[in-house]
Amino acid sequence: MTEPAVSVERYSLRLGDREVLRDLTFSIPAGDWTALIGPNGAGKTTLLKALLRILRGGRGGIRIAGVPLDSYSQFDLARRLAYVPQGEGRSAPFTVREMVEMARYPHRGPLAPLRPEDRSEIDRALQETGMSGFSSRSMDALSGGERQKALLAAALAQQSEILLLDEPTAFLDPSQQADVLGVLGRAHREKGMTIVAVTHDLNEALTHARRVIALREGAVVFDGPSADLTSGDVLRRIYDHDFVIGTHPKTGRPVLFPE
Amino acid sequence: MNRKAGVLAGIALAAAGGVLLAPALGIVSLSDLKTVPVLWEIRVPRTLLAFLAGAGLSLAGMTFQAMFRNPLVEPFTLGVSGGAAFGATAAIRLGWTFSVLGVSSISLAAFVGALASLILVYALAMARKSFSPALLLLAGVAMSFFFWSLILFTQYMSNFSESFRILRWMMGGVETVGFNAVLDVLPFVLSGSAIILCYSRELNMLAAGEDLASSRGVSVGPVRALLFTASTLMVGGVVAVCGPIGFVGMICPHICRLLIGTEHRFLAPATLLFGGLFLVACDTLARLIIAPAELPVGVLTALLGGPFFIALLLRRPVGGSSFT
Repeated sequence: MTEPAVSVERYSLRLGDREVLRDLTFSIPAGDWTALIGPNGAGKTTLLKALLRILRGGRGGIRIAGVPLDSYSQFDLARRLAYVPQGEGRSAPFTVREMVEMARYPHRGPLAPLRPEDRSEIDRALQETGMSGFSSRSMDALSGGERQKALLAAALAQQSEILLLDEPTAFLDPSQQADVLGVLGRAHREKGMTIVAVTHDLNEALTHARRVIALREGAVVFDGPSADLTSGDVLRRIYDHDFVIGTHPKTGRPVLFPE
Repeated sequence: MNRKAGVLAGIALAAAGGVLLAPALGIVSLSDLKTVPVLWEIRVPRTLLAFLAGAGLSLAGMTFQAMFRNPLVEPFTLGVSGGAAFGATAAIRLGWTFSVLGVSSISLAAFVGALASLILVYALAMARKSFSPALLLLAGVAMSFFFWSLILFTQYMSNFSESFRILRWMMGGVETVGFNAVLDVLPFVLSGSAIILCYSRELNMLAAGEDLASSRGVSVGPVRALLFTASTLMVGGVVAVCGPIGFVGMICPHICRLLIGTEHRFLAPATLLFGGLFLVACDTLARLIIAPAELPVGVLTALLGGPFFIALLLRRPVGGSSFT
């Protein structure tokens, strides 16, 4: 049996005098697509940053691919986990290609120049995200969707098994959303990547994710198959709000509308 | 890539040309120099000192700009030069004359002052969880006021000749006789810039954001501490000898970014060479502009830097975090 990609046991994290994550226990099987949902301020981004060890100092256990987080070097951890932060409002004074090139860092030695395999990974990632034509454009001159895809290209070039994304489709128009989700879907199907994506779009979670973990006030309030989101008072427990459940006229899947 | 290598080679050639040409310029013409020891005793060491100071301050400025993700910060505006200046002034006033491994107590005190100032500014930014340009600049201004008032106090407590020496030194200058001053600055600039050049890839990632750098395998804490130490080493070493020469660390990296982009593997050597060339040119100008009298080069860079700073301020929203 393979180790879960991520397993969290009784994990809590304080930031200042506030406990932002409270006694979390869950695990994410390798190769799954998991949506991380919950109201604003529930601790979703904080949880991603704790998994990435950008935020430190929590109590309890986190294991990545079966190995305790603390026994990874930052370098080795980067070969397991790649991160796609929110693209909106994020400025970086680099070209798209320079940005993607940086993601090869954990695969190269200190001071080592780019090897041919690094170059081909960079090209491949740019191609998979449809960003080949943008490689010499400045990150700051891109539209929201293009910037998101450039950050996604960088994460793919990092060649880690697990991809952590912070609202990858927020602020994007519908066609850009479909683009980004298409890239993620291919990485998930064809490379077997484990995907953990924070989202506020419940229909996106229902359609793409197999599992959903919901946080509220720093604690897990739901952890199960995404299909179970629509049952009972699950959504009410998460959001304190009522939803209407309809049926998609084409696919027959459930569709959620906030009341 | 090739274009950038070409630009870098051009800057290197210009820097070499500037360093060779500067000693030949002055009110004593080169043909008369054979009879007086002006060339080797004064002009060559002065040119070398200007080059090292300009290179060190520019590279430190570039590093601060990448780490704080803010194009307006540099040793002077962050208050780091002020801290270094206070350290050096205190050492002069206390009459410290010891040296550690050949490094003078004044340089060490300047380094400690610079580091203390930087740690204070950084701690403030972390406490407010913000690297916003406005906050950093205000913190830098506050830090500068604080250290300048300490310097003024030290000066007030000094006798007339000491007081004048401190005042003249605070204007910033690279006049020197012989190679002692050059040898005082050299180890600081050499070690600091070696570290920064070796860590240019990490600097790229920090400039793209600490969270991204961390997720790509950079041990942000130790790398940040190392790069801060390297930059303050250079600032401390330069300020102890040349005084706080302002704005070089903002003007030079900015021009270099326009010429060669922000990829630090090219930007760092370009900034190092261009910064050296820039201060050599400024100092040559300062020697000639009101000859036979001389202008302290720090006064000239401040005259150039003030309008440059305001132009940068006008071009961007102060509250934003954009960095180009």
